[in-house]
Amino acid sequence: MADNNRAVIKLKERFAADIVDVKEFRGEVTVTVKKENIVAICNYLKAELAYNLLTDVTAVDYLGQEPRFLVVYNMYSIANKDRLRVKAQVCESAPEIDSVVGLWSSADWLEREVVDLFGITFKNHPDLRRILMTEDWVGYPLRKDYPLQGPDREPYKGRLS
Amino acid sequence: MGVDNPLGDNIITASLDGLVNWARKSSIWPMTFGLACCAIEMMATGASTHDLDRFGIIFRASPRQSDCIIIAGTVTKKMLPVIKTVYEQMPEPKWVVAMGACACSGGIFDTYSVVQGIDEALPVDVYIPGCPPRPEALLYGLIKLQEKIGRERNSFGSTIGLGERFDSAA
Repeated sequence: MADNNRAVIKLKERFAADIVDVKEFRGEVTVTVKKENIVAICNYLKAELAYNLLTDVTAVDYLGQEPRFLVVYNMYSIANKDRLRVKAQVCESAPEIDSVVGLWSSADWLEREVVDLFGITFKNHPDLRRILMTEDWVGYPLRKDYPLQGPDREPYKGRLS
Repeated sequence: MGVDNPLGDNIITASLDGLVNWARKSSIWPMTFGLACCAIEMMATGASTHDLDRFGIIFRASPRQSDCIIIAGTVTKKMLPVIKTVYEQMPEPKWVVAMGACACSGGIFDTYSVVQGIDEALPVDVYIPGCPPRPEALLYGLIKLQEKIGRERNSFGSTIGLGERFDSAA
């Protein structure tokens, strides 16, 4: 159970007010938190609980729900051979969150990818340029309200189109 | 009898088109340029089993030395300016082969990031369907390109200012 997880117990002691939800599915522990203290939470996870490798930063768009976005941090402890997933809630009206590049350098390009495809800005990021799309691209393609075939084309309607 | 024949019998007469087209179609030098899985088939076609060299088709590593570009794979919108630059750097005359479903029409990638056929940007001479096309298909397409080059009329003469070029319906 997720409640027995060492990281979850420690996090609940330290950041009780920030934790929204804790889930375990097939041995994978996910902690959903508010975005305000994300750097402090990550710093604690890295410094005290030895999650020294940030394997991925990505985001999910729950269009129509509030908060609309979840920024997902997948981290791994090389010392303890243990994985943890932290999700931070980001609302549509203020799509921004603090950057964790200061903790893990690997977050640099991963956060740029989220900026590029989801339009979520990372405060205090050293170099927030688009990384996959062209520099002059308009819009954020992985948002659910972005038309699949691009804004300048009629959407595909099966054999009718 | 008044006419010198210093070359003896070592001379043949032919139409300039025949000579020029024969030379061009027998030495198609494609740009070494691959984009996706089609490029793997293109490499296989160039390798010893299928052997493009026997057609005089030799891949060149510079657009300055190429007269054909095989668009082998998915063209993304981010890659399109690069392909245009390479194409513009190739000297005339030059031909374009669209290899595979992606280069012909965008293929399965009917999305915001993929160009829906390279013919939106470059004048394509031969379309080769397939996903990816087998080396035999690429060979067939290149032979078709040779036939097309063989049908050109006065393309050389018009370039050096002699008359006009005739474009027959292909």
